Amino acid sequence: MKTLDLRTAPLREINRILQNEHEGFYEIRNSSGQHALAVGLTAPLSVTIDGHAGYYAAGMNQNARIIINGNVGQGVAENMMSGSVHVKGCASSSAGATAQGGLLVIDGDAGARCGISLKGANIVVRGSVGHMSAFMAQSGNLVICGDAGDALGDSLYETRIFVKGKVRSLGADCEEKEMTPQDLEILSSLLNDAGIHDISASGFHVYGSARTLYHFHVDNASAY
Amino acid sequence: MTKNHHDVTKTFPRYSATFDEFTISQIQRAAATGIYDIRGGGTKRKLPHFDDLLFLGASMSRYPLEGYRERCGTDVVLGTRFAKKPIYLKTPVTIAGMSFGALSAQAKEALGRGATAAGTSTTTGDGGMTPEERRHSATLVYQYLPSRYGMNPDDLRKADAIEIVIGQGAKPGGGGMLLGQKISERVAKMRDLPVGIDQRSACRHPDWTGPDDLEIKIEELREITNHEKPIYIKVGASRPYYDISLAVKAGADVVVLDGMQGGTAATQEVFIEHVGIPILAAIRPAVQALQDLGMHRKVQLVVSGGIRTGADVAKALALGADAVAIGTAALIALGDQSPDLASEYANLGAKPGTYDDWQDGHDPAGITTQDPELAQRLDPILGGRRLANYLSVLTMEAQTLARACGKSHVHNLEPEDLVALTLEAAAMTQLPLAGTNWYPGKPGY
Repeated sequence: MKTLDLRTAPLREINRILQNEHEGFYEIRNSSGQHALAVGLTAPLSVTIDGHAGYYAAGMNQNARIIINGNVGQGVAENMMSGSVHVKGCASSSAGATAQGGLLVIDGDAGARCGISLKGANIVVRGSVGHMSAFMAQSGNLVICGDAGDALGDSLYETRIFVKGKVRSLGADCEEKEMTPQDLEILSSLLNDAGIHDISASGFHVYGSARTLYHFHVDNASAY
Repeated sequence: MTKNHHDVTKTFPRYSATFDEFTISQIQRAAATGIYDIRGGGTKRKLPHFDDLLFLGASMSRYPLEGYRERCGTDVVLGTRFAKKPIYLKTPVTIAGMSFGALSAQAKEALGRGATAAGTSTTTGDGGMTPEERRHSATLVYQYLPSRYGMNPDDLRKADAIEIVIGQGAKPGGGGMLLGQKISERVAKMRDLPVGIDQRSACRHPDWTGPDDLEIKIEELREITNHEKPIYIKVGASRPYYDISLAVKAGADVVVLDGMQGGTAATQEVFIEHVGIPILAAIRPAVQALQDLGMHRKVQLVVSGGIRTGADVAKALALGADAVAIGTAALIALGDQSPDLASEYANLGAKPGTYDDWQDGHDPAGITTQDPELAQRLDPILGGRRLANYLSVLTMEAQTLARACGKSHVHNLEPEDLVALTLEAAAMTQLPLAGTNWYPGKPGY
């Protein structure tokens, strides 16, 4: 385990080290809500941020396994391609925005627009998510063990949304689907991958796109 | 009754200026379809433009430079504020962002070939970077858009500069739209969407709102790309003084300002024609913003929207821009609107020079299409050659005008070299009306 301390080394130097290493275990100390921390990593490193992180923590991650022992600001793991990011606290808005691969786990709650424009990654939130989550989400899965805010899955494409708690309201073109055995298998596997063993896959509801907005039609104008 | 033998008890049939032929056809089209009109290209209405400005040229009080003998530089460096690796271009005419999806792969390759031959840059678009365009573009600007379609950190690192797109001149405040017929398997795969569905691009970025957030987003992009690449911010011309000020505040190396004449692949006609301001009206407040912040020439200004000739290039630079970008003109250079295609345009209800159904994907020139048979019509090598020729002419024309004004570099052109031909242009540019020392709004009058 190598220790990188933001009190003694600037952000640029710490990111450069992490971006250039090929393997190993790293701990970042005194993160103090620093923005753009551990961004653009490409190798299968294990990185632990021991504290809170600011905006875009672990942004565009490729292959690295990043744990954040604290809360994170806007856009954690945005556009992640692969690897995993585990937030032990809560996440602000746009968590996992546009992420294309890998797994984002949030132990606490996530703010508005969680999984916005999701492009293939999996997100598991142990708590609740804010409004407009999975807005225009294209593919991948969003698992919400708590409740979802207003306009869940608005203008959704092919992302699956699993919710255990209450949904305040569904967005345009998002509808509840019948839970298929395949859906249940995906859900169970994601809960397992997220290390969540005390919440059962039963009792979740699954939501997806009604696909009525896939081709512009005047009769749907009120939904636009 | 003809005009010569009319019944004097009646007036001639007369068209309304308000309800003219085109307006009537718009109402009839709306009534028949129930859907707003979507088309490609930029505004078609007549607007105050660079034609409303004239160069004064040198005479007794200024020495001209000798054409063909005395050097007049055209090179430009973009991204000198923060980037470790600014971009060096031989000509101040760049190629604007246009997506693979909106354009065929052949058209993107041709743009890369032409721009590279001329020593300038080309730009990706919504949908990401194709290997073809990277291979054929010596200098490639990577657009970072609200949709993030095809956004890949590996491509980000392969780019020579990053352009954060806030908006474009054809539709400031609007997102994108690529209709299903242009979503081929390859386009769908790059964008991670089902084949054949209408593809909507968001109008706001998914993970930041406002200039304070953008500053942090730029920090992230710089951290991921080792602070090497110039960061451009592109805005559609609407409130240029404030938008350019905020772009500078957010940390831009370069600002790109696109006037309402700038084209789009597919947008509502009502948006194209009624939102945003002409580039002529936008440049002065943009330059003013840079000057007020002490950042003119430190943060470079690239302007676009209706650049057609070397005169337009020279006038934009004289008003204070560092470079220009062309889109529609580049497509015309590749072969769009060719008279050779008149009969095929007629089959689509258009004529050479009027074709704007770029959203349909049936472009007979093989440019704004994903149909493999149509796309094959464009030879990327020949198209690239035509674009290189055109870029060369634009550059030489700008040099000719600069020399006539006694300038040894096109960037030495200045507002003092220009006058306005109309009151509107004088008011917008604050250049004196030709033959006077006055412009509307001049203090003291």
